Parts: sequence; C-alpha cells; structure tokens
Amino acid sequence: MNIDLIFKIASIGILLGILHIVLDKAGKEEFAHIVNLVGVIIVFTVVIGLISKLFNSIKTIFQLY
Amino acid sequence: MEILQIVGVGIVATVLIVLLRQSNRSEYALLVSLVTGIIIFTLILNKLKYVVEVLNQLVRSTGVEFAYFTTILKIIGIAYIVEFGAQISRDAGENAIASKIELGGKVIMMVLALPILLALMDLVVKILP
Repeated sequence: MNIDLIFKIASIGILLGILHIVLDKAGKEEFAHIVNLVGVIIVFTVVIGLISKLFNSIKTIFQLY
Repeated sequence: MEILQIVGVGIVATVLIVLLRQSNRSEYALLVSLVTGIIIFTLILNKLKYVVEVLNQLVRSTGVEFAYFTTILKIIGIAYIVEFGAQISRDAGENAIASKIELGGKVIMMVLALPILLALMDLVVKILP
C-alpha cells in the first residue's frame, strides 16, 4: 500500500491552508473558500476510492456477501 | 517486520494530524487519519487472510456445522467495520453518529445470530425429557 499517500494528503492540506491565508490577505476571501472546497473534494474522492477498496477486501476475507 | 511499519506509520500520521489541526485544517486531519487506518489494515491483510484460512481448515476438520463458523466470521467482519466507522466519526467529535453506527451494527449482528440461537433452542428442547 502506498504509504506516501499520507504525506501527499497532509502536504495538500498544509499548502491549501497557506494559500487560504495568502488569498485572505490579498482580499479575495470567496476565492480562498472556493479553493479550499475544491481541495477537500479532490482529496475526498481519492479517499473514497481507498475506502471502497478496503470494504471490498473486508468482504472477501469475512465472506460478507 | 510489519509491526515496525505499522507503528512508524501511526506515529508519523499522528504528528501530521496534529500539525494539520494546529493550522485549523481539521478536515484534512480527519482524511489523513482515515487513510492511515486503511493503510494499516492493508498492511495486516495477508496475515488476517492466513488466520482465517487456518481457522477454516480447523473447523472443517472437526466436523462442526460449517454454517456456524461462517456466521461467526461475518459477525467479526461486521464488528470490525462498525468499529472502524464509529471510531472515525468519534474522532471527528460526532458521538451521536458513532452511536447510531454502533446501533446499526448491533442490530445486524443480532439478525445474523438468530439462526444459531434457534438451533440451540431446538437442541435444548430435544434434550429435555
């Protein structure tokens, strides 16, 4: 399993946090919120793919059909 | 050794989560803890599969009714998934959702365990004079 996924998600979170602050200071609050929303959506789709893979593997192991 | 990997991933993820929470990005902290849980589970996946296979052979060799064992396996799987989901939502501070998930899990486990209970009742009735 790719352990570097944890670092990717954490780095995306931190970078978007900084971007949020920069955009706030630049006076574009609504744009900052949109960027934050898009970031969360992208990371969440990746995580949902992982969750579905986890549930499939659990189904096969425990014969939970 | 898998255990070193598991502990290493856990500690690194915890540090990252604290960092994310400190810069008030708690949605990413939740996502990182979710991904860490999944990664740790996939690390132990093969070991778990091996244990389940050995148990399968054991039950098959003793001639016990095999349906009971598959039910036990299902209940263990459900227990793990319920605990996984409830703990994630409890970490995020949503205790209400966590208890709802656990309630659903308990009901499903009860439904699965009923056939065994009925079989036990029949057995007891047969034994009594």
